[in-house]
Amino acid sequence: MKSKSEQVAKLERKKNKKPSAIHFRRRDLCIPYALFMILFIIVPIVIIICYAFSDGNGNFSFNALVNFFTSKSKWNTLLVSLFIALQTTIICILIGYPLAYFLANKKFNKNAVLITLFIAPMWINFVLRTGATRDLLTWMGINGGNYPYLATLIGMVYNYLPFVILPLYTTFLHLDQSQLEAAADLGANPWQVFTRSIIPQSIPGVISAFLMTFMPSMSSYVISDTLSEGKITLFGNYIYLDFTNNAWNDGSFMALIMLILVGLSMLITRGGSNQEDERGGSGLW
Amino acid sequence: MVKKIFAQCYIWLILLLLYLPILLIIAWSFTSATNVGEWTGFTFELYPALFQDKEIMTALGNTVIIALLSGVISTLLGTTGAIGVYYMRHKRARKTFDMINQIGIVNAEIVIALSLCVMFVFLGTYIFRTNIFGFWTLLIGHCVLGVPFVYTSVQPRLKQMDPSLYEAAIDLGAKPRQALTRVVVPELVPGILSGFLLAVTLSLDDFIVTTFTRGSGLLSGANSIETLSTLVQAKIKKGPIPTEMRALTTLIFVLVLAIVIGVTIYRSVKAKKKAKQLGLNRGA
Repeated sequence: MKSKSEQVAKLERKKNKKPSAIHFRRRDLCIPYALFMILFIIVPIVIIICYAFSDGNGNFSFNALVNFFTSKSKWNTLLVSLFIALQTTIICILIGYPLAYFLANKKFNKNAVLITLFIAPMWINFVLRTGATRDLLTWMGINGGNYPYLATLIGMVYNYLPFVILPLYTTFLHLDQSQLEAAADLGANPWQVFTRSIIPQSIPGVISAFLMTFMPSMSSYVISDTLSEGKITLFGNYIYLDFTNNAWNDGSFMALIMLILVGLSMLITRGGSNQEDERGGSGLW
Repeated sequence: MVKKIFAQCYIWLILLLLYLPILLIIAWSFTSATNVGEWTGFTFELYPALFQDKEIMTALGNTVIIALLSGVISTLLGTTGAIGVYYMRHKRARKTFDMINQIGIVNAEIVIALSLCVMFVFLGTYIFRTNIFGFWTLLIGHCVLGVPFVYTSVQPRLKQMDPSLYEAAIDLGAKPRQALTRVVVPELVPGILSGFLLAVTLSLDDFIVTTFTRGSGLLSGANSIETLSTLVQAKIKKGPIPTEMRALTTLIFVLVLAIVIGVTIYRSVKAKKKAKQLGLNRGA
């Protein structure tokens, strides 16, 4: 009896309240975020695309596209950037893969603090770190004047190694131990366990390490500019140059190419993360 | 056993290589030679010189102010965004926002910087009719870097949260606002914190977005705002790291190390307490 009267009172309160007070909905919380993202991420990208397909006076034109595809130096830059980025990524993964494995495996390393030490350099200013690497290399005789390519590559590896170690470490921490044990019980030798069970399980980590390194190293500006003393121009440097020389349309077109590459990498990550979701789901059940 | 020794050697070797440039700079912060590699006697004089260097101090102040401000704003926007999107009714809307956020994360920094720069020029010429580059554009640029990362670090926490918690709070008489601030947000705290730290780190390190979105203002006054990154870049373009900045690197390194050690000790104390409690419970 009492509960019923309470319910009625509640309903009445609701009726009275709804029209007067502004109704608060949880999903309205995202309005500032949505406005911010649209205004400062989507709109600028749209403007860049508009600039990429117009000439200096704002008319529609394919000038920038033609300029890009006929310019040997731009093609060269693209290829060199892809090559350096690929090399950086492969070296980082080659160094980082065993490292992350050792760090995550209790058999080899019981000290959980060590991983923090690998991440800690990231908190020292990035430009300062790059300068320090340059000074070290100059001291060792590998300066940008003599070996611009090698110096740039070393600088890239120095900078992106933590970005490779972290995702791989997380993957190795969450290895399905029972699968490894099962493989060993069923007669697989350690090498077979490694190639047939550990490597396939770590693929998502490798993919995310790849993406964390490849795109940023391709478009990096400071590292190549500092370490090669301006002798090596990467894609990022070229875009930067185009903009400082007021060739906005050409620069925008190159930025658009960068965006397309980013989009492609997003598609790959989406595939990877979907797989992970499924795995997480199956693990839950 | 041999394997373990090999693993340990490998770990420490890479660690040493990784820290070599910084260690070198630290060693040479105790001598006043211009170039790293020539030792001209032990001295502390770079440290007082660092604090008297107005240029560096201004840049440092700017960097810290911008990092903290953009960190707080990014955290607010990203967290409310993640909560709002999580409670959206349509799956397609949620997916769209996830995708937009993903663009913000994987987008190359130079593309972010240029697109913002072009937009600010556009706004300045056609709408505001003045040069709008200044502190606010810079702050917006740094928030663009931070917001997507806060969103992605808060989102998994929301997904892990028991959805009935919110309903329970409402049933027990909490207003929706109270249920959010007292029940939902506390559950998200670890995600919010790591998002904030990420946003601050990104802002501290940023060079490209700063160069393309800055104008006059803040501690730099009428000049273009200098942050640590832009100042260091301008200096190392001409020569080796300036001597005072070697002292600065040392101080930053000591600070980072102190934080790492502090957090480690805090965690181990906490873990021990927990273990003790568990032991007591078992004993009882």
